Amino acid sequence: MNSKKVSIVSGYILEEESVLTLAEFCQTFKAPAETIIRMVDYGVITPIEKNKDEESTAGGNTSRHWSFHRSALIRADKALRLKYDLGINLAGAALALDLLDEIQNLRTKLNQVR
Amino acid sequence: MEYKDYYKILGVKKNATQDEIKRSYRKLARKFHPDVSKETDAEVKFKELGEAYEVLKDPEKREAYNQLGSNWKAGQSGFKPPPDWEQNFDFSGGGYTQGSTHDYSSFFEDLFGGSRGATYHSSAGSNQGGFQSKGENIRARVMIDLEDSFNGSTQSLSLQSPEINEQGQVLNKQRTLKVKIPKGVKEGQTIRLAKQGNPGIGGGERGDLLLEIAFNPHKLYTLDGKDIYLNVPVAPWEATLGTKINVPTPDGKKIGMKVPPDSQQGRKLRLKGKGLPGKNAGDFYVVLQVALPPSSNTKVKELNEKMRDEIDFNPRSYLF
Repeated sequence: MNSKKVSIVSGYILEEESVLTLAEFCQTFKAPAETIIRMVDYGVITPIEKNKDEESTAGGNTSRHWSFHRSALIRADKALRLKYDLGINLAGAALALDLLDEIQNLRTKLNQVR
Repeated sequence: MEYKDYYKILGVKKNATQDEIKRSYRKLARKFHPDVSKETDAEVKFKELGEAYEVLKDPEKREAYNQLGSNWKAGQSGFKPPPDWEQNFDFSGGGYTQGSTHDYSSFFEDLFGGSRGATYHSSAGSNQGGFQSKGENIRARVMIDLEDSFNGSTQSLSLQSPEINEQGQVLNKQRTLKVKIPKGVKEGQTIRLAKQGNPGIGGGERGDLLLEIAFNPHKLYTLDGKDIYLNVPVAPWEATLGTKINVPTPDGKKIGMKVPPDSQQGRKLRLKGKGLPGKNAGDFYVVLQVALPPSSNTKVKELNEKMRDEIDFNPRSYLF
């Protein structure tokens, strides 16, 4: 295959992109809200914490007011893959993801010591 | 086509029970799952495992596979199934395999039928019907240097990605991309290149390309998030009396720093905002390391003996 002319593509740092509302999250992730709410309930993904005053005036922390970092999309994606590929439930997937994050942190620390 | 030894892939004996096969598959699947494993070829291994398990978990398919295996000699790469081998088993027609087979090898497809170019599912696990669907996201890991993030840079990547031609067949195509690395990107962050993933179905838009960033070890600096650390050796008297030193910064310049008197080993001197750039720029830390001159030098020996004899200093007093 002859590759066409190579142009420079630039992207964004996913973790610093704009946040998504629950509706936008569902649309991007192509899953019903129930799936996302279940993932929040099991701690796979966490909505962005708003400060207390905002919450009380908005009438509690209901799912309608949730917003997510885009990195939650990656986490949710990983969780579903783990769930289907390894036959574990969401709680197990959440645990695996937390432990993987911790291992990653420790690896980074270890590299600094070396 | 290449013969694949499914028993070897699953690490089980030819006479393994179905339970043994299941256990071995589960164990290896956990080990080589691409989201869990650090090994570079984990994805390939995981697909092989899935393919091997797809055949061996099903007694009928396993039996068919075993019959083939007896006709196959080691070292034979141009493997062909006997022309009528399928007659006792009904593998033709769709719907035999439950899993999505589009990732399986041509060996699998020639034996059990496959779906090259037919099914194609989105990584987001979409259940939506219809004929239009967004392409799969591609994930890749990119190793960059500290300077790439500090100054921003462009990196060339080559990707193997499937393209669908007019006949609806999927062909693997090599693509080269020049990707701009944004300034100030941190370890573990992901660069999202919208619509640079796999093509969609039925005119659906392309998926995204997600590049996870990891740093090559640097000979001078280490990173912690956006903060940059540099170990700088100082002489014992410099640490005690204080001094001015020059240190190299990641932009290739030199910067003068004041070491305050009575600086203990490991003292961190901070240059605010001189770490990785960005909205919340990191800091640059100089970590002092007291370096000792060798006692083989007579002058060093003499002066240290003098200090030992004349200075009243017990660094371990707090231990007792």
